[in-house]
Amino acid sequence: MRYVDEFRDADRARALASRIARLAEPGREYKFMEVCGGHTHTIYKHGLEDYLPENITLVHGPGCPVCVIPMGRVDDAIHIARQPGVLMTSFGDMMRVPGGNGSFFDSNARDTNIRMVYSPLDALAIARDRPELRVVFMAIGFETTAPSTAMTLLRAKAEGLRNFFVFANHVTIIPAIKAILDSPDLRLDGFLGPGHVSTVIGCRPYEFIARDYGKPVVVAGFEPLDILQSIYLLMLQLSQGRCAVENQYGRVVPWDGNPIALRAITQTMRLRPYFEWRGLGFITSSALRLREEFAAFDAEQVFELPGLRVADPKSCQCGEVLKGVLKPWECKVFGTACTPETPIGTCMVSPEGACAAYYNFGRFSRQRVREASRA
Amino acid sequence: MCLGIPGELVDTVDEQPDLAVVMVSGVRRKINVALLSDQDLRLGDWVLVHVGFALSKISEDEARAVLSFLSSLGTPYDDELNALRESNIG
Repeated sequence: MRYVDEFRDADRARALASRIARLAEPGREYKFMEVCGGHTHTIYKHGLEDYLPENITLVHGPGCPVCVIPMGRVDDAIHIARQPGVLMTSFGDMMRVPGGNGSFFDSNARDTNIRMVYSPLDALAIARDRPELRVVFMAIGFETTAPSTAMTLLRAKAEGLRNFFVFANHVTIIPAIKAILDSPDLRLDGFLGPGHVSTVIGCRPYEFIARDYGKPVVVAGFEPLDILQSIYLLMLQLSQGRCAVENQYGRVVPWDGNPIALRAITQTMRLRPYFEWRGLGFITSSALRLREEFAAFDAEQVFELPGLRVADPKSCQCGEVLKGVLKPWECKVFGTACTPETPIGTCMVSPEGACAAYYNFGRFSRQRVREASRA
Repeated sequence: MCLGIPGELVDTVDEQPDLAVVMVSGVRRKINVALLSDQDLRLGDWVLVHVGFALSKISEDEARAVLSFLSSLGTPYDDELNALRESNIG
């Protein structure tokens, strides 16, 4: 466990914390959602909530791509992996995500050989070297990883490969934010915008949040100071009665994103009419599938999929956690039946999932606060 | 998978302008730089690498700050570096 005081620039962190506190009006409650799981990780790891006044709450959003994959898609992937001559490949983060009948790791213990790869280009290299295999890449992630799938597809087509396929599960962040804004469960005062996703999509797609919903957005970097400074910028906007999109992470995120990456996504993929998000349900136009021109590479068209919807376990409250309605520790199975070693819900699988981040770091901080309040 | 890791461009790849060799925390691997083909990349430049693709060009100072931050993460960064070690992009 590391706190901000152990981090570099601890003085700047404390100065920011006191500037934030000065802007917080007594009696007013502030709720900000950090959309990205990377931010959640930093917040818990560095105990950032302890540096905020009590009337500022951070709500952890749905921006962990592993956490939102529904069980049915895991089952579909395992079904593909079982077909003769198929080698299924996946990012390592996906391997422990539970499906209706276990995870990729569980499936490998039975009868599959789902292989971890670092990049879709590694899956492509295997397809090139092993023409006797049908190599399938389990594509997941927001706009951060979608360009890598897109560029790999363009390369596969240019090379004329016939044994490389993509099982597309890419999701897009804006419809999820809109679904949360439209949800009656939650009243938010502003957003910390995701850093890496914005490297690709830029800052303009968030403008509707300020324009139509009247909430400020600050695209934030991943270090503790970035997050504190972004919270300060949100508080400053609110105190001045402004709401706009601002870019705290300008040293990495260009305002217009990466046009080459956006073009590659558009060339190879199109929006699905709807897609199921684990815990959040079906969200309109919120995910990507391959375009018709890439049908020969589309695992959904080449393989017959069961496509069954599998309900989340009744005990699991990932949906409420992903919407920020429940804090991780308020879930009935948190830390008892559901732990990082034996996850029931996806929020406990990825280190960026709110439950895993809280389980690994936050609970110590919470104990510390409780102990402090007893003293 | 979600981590952007800083790599220094240390070499080009013959006849494959989309690829470049980067050094990431002592690991030397080929990555794809086509998403930054409008950026006039040069050897010695730093980029943030996501799943085998350079997604943005960053300053050397930023690269060092990100590396120090990633090292503080522990396991997630170790896992990402281990995955990169296994990578064989061609």
